[in-house]
Amino acid sequence: MITARRRAERGAAAAFGLTAVAGVFIGVVYVMGGNTALLGIGLAVAFASLAVGLALWAQHLLPERAYVEEREPAPSPPRLREALAAELNRDDRPLAQAPLPRRMLMLALAVLAVVAVFPVRSLLFRVRDPARALAETPWRAGARVVDDTGRRLRPADIPPGGMVTVYPDGHVGAADAMAVLVRVDPALLALPAGREGWNVDGLVCYSKLCTHAGCPVGLFVQTTSQLACPCHQSAFDVLRGAVPVAGPAARPLPQLPLGVGADGLLVARGGFTAPVGAGYWRRK
Amino acid sequence: MIARWVRRKLEEKLRVSRWGLRKLDERLRIASVVREAVAKVFPDHWSFMLGEIALYAFVSLLLTGTFLAFFFDPSSGERIYAGDYAGLHNSRVSAAYASAVELSFDVRGGLLVRQTHHWAALIFVAAIVTHMLRNFFTGAFRRPRELNWIIGVTLLVLAIANGFAGYSLPDDLLSGTGLRIANSIALSMPIVGTWAAFLLFGGEFPGESIIPRLYILHVLLLPGLIAALIGAHMGILIRQKHTHFAGPGRNDHNVVGSKMWPTYAFRSFALLSALFAVTFALGGLVQINPVWLWGPFDPGTASAPAQPDWFMGWLEGALRLYPPIEFTVFGYLVPAPFVPGVLLPGLTFAIMYVWPWLDRLITKDRAAHHLLDRPRHSPARMAVGVWALSFYGLLLLAGSDDVLADLMGLPVLTVMKTMRIVVIVVPFLFAAAAYALARALRANPEQRLSGLRWKQIRKSDVVEEETRHGGS
Ligand code: FES
Repeated sequence: MITARRRAERGAAAAFGLTAVAGVFIGVVYVMGGNTALLGIGLAVAFASLAVGLALWAQHLLPERAYVEEREPAPSPPRLREALAAELNRDDRPLAQAPLPRRMLMLALAVLAVVAVFPVRSLLFRVRDPARALAETPWRAGARVVDDTGRRLRPADIPPGGMVTVYPDGHVGAADAMAVLVRVDPALLALPAGREGWNVDGLVCYSKLCTHAGCPVGLFVQTTSQLACPCHQSAFDVLRGAVPVAGPAARPLPQLPLGVGADGLLVARGGFTAPVGAGYWRRK
Repeated sequence: MIARWVRRKLEEKLRVSRWGLRKLDERLRIASVVREAVAKVFPDHWSFMLGEIALYAFVSLLLTGTFLAFFFDPSSGERIYAGDYAGLHNSRVSAAYASAVELSFDVRGGLLVRQTHHWAALIFVAAIVTHMLRNFFTGAFRRPRELNWIIGVTLLVLAIANGFAGYSLPDDLLSGTGLRIANSIALSMPIVGTWAAFLLFGGEFPGESIIPRLYILHVLLLPGLIAALIGAHMGILIRQKHTHFAGPGRNDHNVVGSKMWPTYAFRSFALLSALFAVTFALGGLVQINPVWLWGPFDPGTASAPAQPDWFMGWLEGALRLYPPIEFTVFGYLVPAPFVPGVLLPGLTFAIMYVWPWLDRLITKDRAAHHLLDRPRHSPARMAVGVWALSFYGLLLLAGSDDVLADLMGLPVLTVMKTMRIVVIVVPFLFAAAAYALARALRANPEQRLSGLRWKQIRKSDVVEEETRHGGS
């Protein structure tokens, strides 16, 4: 007859044996190129059987007993506290006895502590004024409109319902300059007052950076004439100056006044109507 | 025969280790310290293993992370990927991205270690949260353990921060989107926002500085802090000894359970092995964050659907659900991400930090406790806990509202609008239900949740009144 203890002993031994086998397996798999799945299986089996063996051992082969350990009560006994107080006051009280040096020492340490924070400013060494950097983009009046390969665009390059990501010439890839050029039916356009002349035959241009948290507004839904942001599902109405119509974005996408140069190429007639991307405290 | 030989060898081994102890004691006088450690009593309850799971996940993270650090190149500088992965062959990508793909495809065992590292990170945070919930619902944070609760909350914050930093390192499309949103959240802070974002990123997003900076945070600063705080956490634990649940022979002045050696040590090593088994199984068999499929970061593109790691999902959900409300203060803008991205997590962690003191206000109990409460003991605490669980759980769900909409065949805007109401209303309903149930259970201490009758829930206030009057 096999006792429970015997069975547990055998079980644990078998489990550790399996760990050893799995270990060899891991070695072989590694030498043969290290297939990810096989290595994972090997390691999982090795550690799982180790766990089983140890658990069997703890459960069945160790005496099951509840031990009791007393807690020492939390504040130290008065005798020890008095001893501590006496020790601290042994040579009178050095800090209390020399008030002037003590205060100056405090002052010295406080000044050092404040100055120690200054190097944080070093983290920013390329930019003078963050709010200015955020407000500016390379778009200027007369800047030619190019696509992401640097090709200069003519109005005819964008088909109806089409969308192209554009940059000012010479600044391809500049994150804050990124804009979208979309073509809509000019008859439907209802741009805010004062922007009537900003489109070229239904071509309008907006910053590509979502005004919520700055994701690129990458999707143009032709049926609704909306630009959609993949990050938190904001949508902007292209026909009405890209005002937000859904999602958490609260400000319209800044618009870029478009025009056509003497050479027939698309140009900007100024910068964006507002700072691009996510909002910030000093945003005007 | 063989068995006897093995036993003899084992006994020799034991003698050798004791020989080692003797030699050490001759030099360091460690007998009493070691005796105390070996005799330390641990309570026998599964829920005391949760913190240990977190600890062992951290061990797994350190081991796998060290391996990864030999191959990862934290730089935004571009180079040509020339490794085995055909999809990227000869493309110009950042060194960070190239090396992340390289260590997945070209380094032997690299993909396994990378995936194991990622899974272990998810488990690490999950174990911390679960451990914290256990401590919350059983009142383990009460005097004298407030300090360890505070260290615990800090560990959670650091674990989340380090998880996010690690997720952001490979410079792939998903992590780039995450960083962009983090940048916008930093920008949204009143007064200091622009400076905070620019100091962190070294300029305008994306810039060249963020990946090396996150790297040093991820491999040195944050894990160093985590390790130090784990040390403090456990030092305090040893000093104060474990709490335990009420039971025969258990009281506020003792701990009852198994000793460190041998029972507890065996159990704990079993747990360590089990955790390693799980993380390696996941790492070997379940693909996670395949950066080569997401593609390199490109400021002009964002992919959908995109979800962050689960422990950031509640923030993502809050960002998605928060209505388009921006306001100005003295003419300065407070943008939409501020409330869900800064205020919400700030308040969340602030309340967690001061919870031991808030709990005192609710329960009017300022005494020291070493015996744990049953969760039913304080219906108000139960209600708060259930509210928080459902609120953050629903936010996490809302973080995938596009996937949800897809699954249900509904427009995403419908889901978004519904969720706005659901996350506000449902947690209060759950909290009220939890309050009523906890009260009924408290009035019927021998009852379990599944055996509870409607009558008992309805009558619980009466019974409670009676017991209170009877007791006084
Ligand atoms: S970034 Fe566009 S909706 Fe949030």
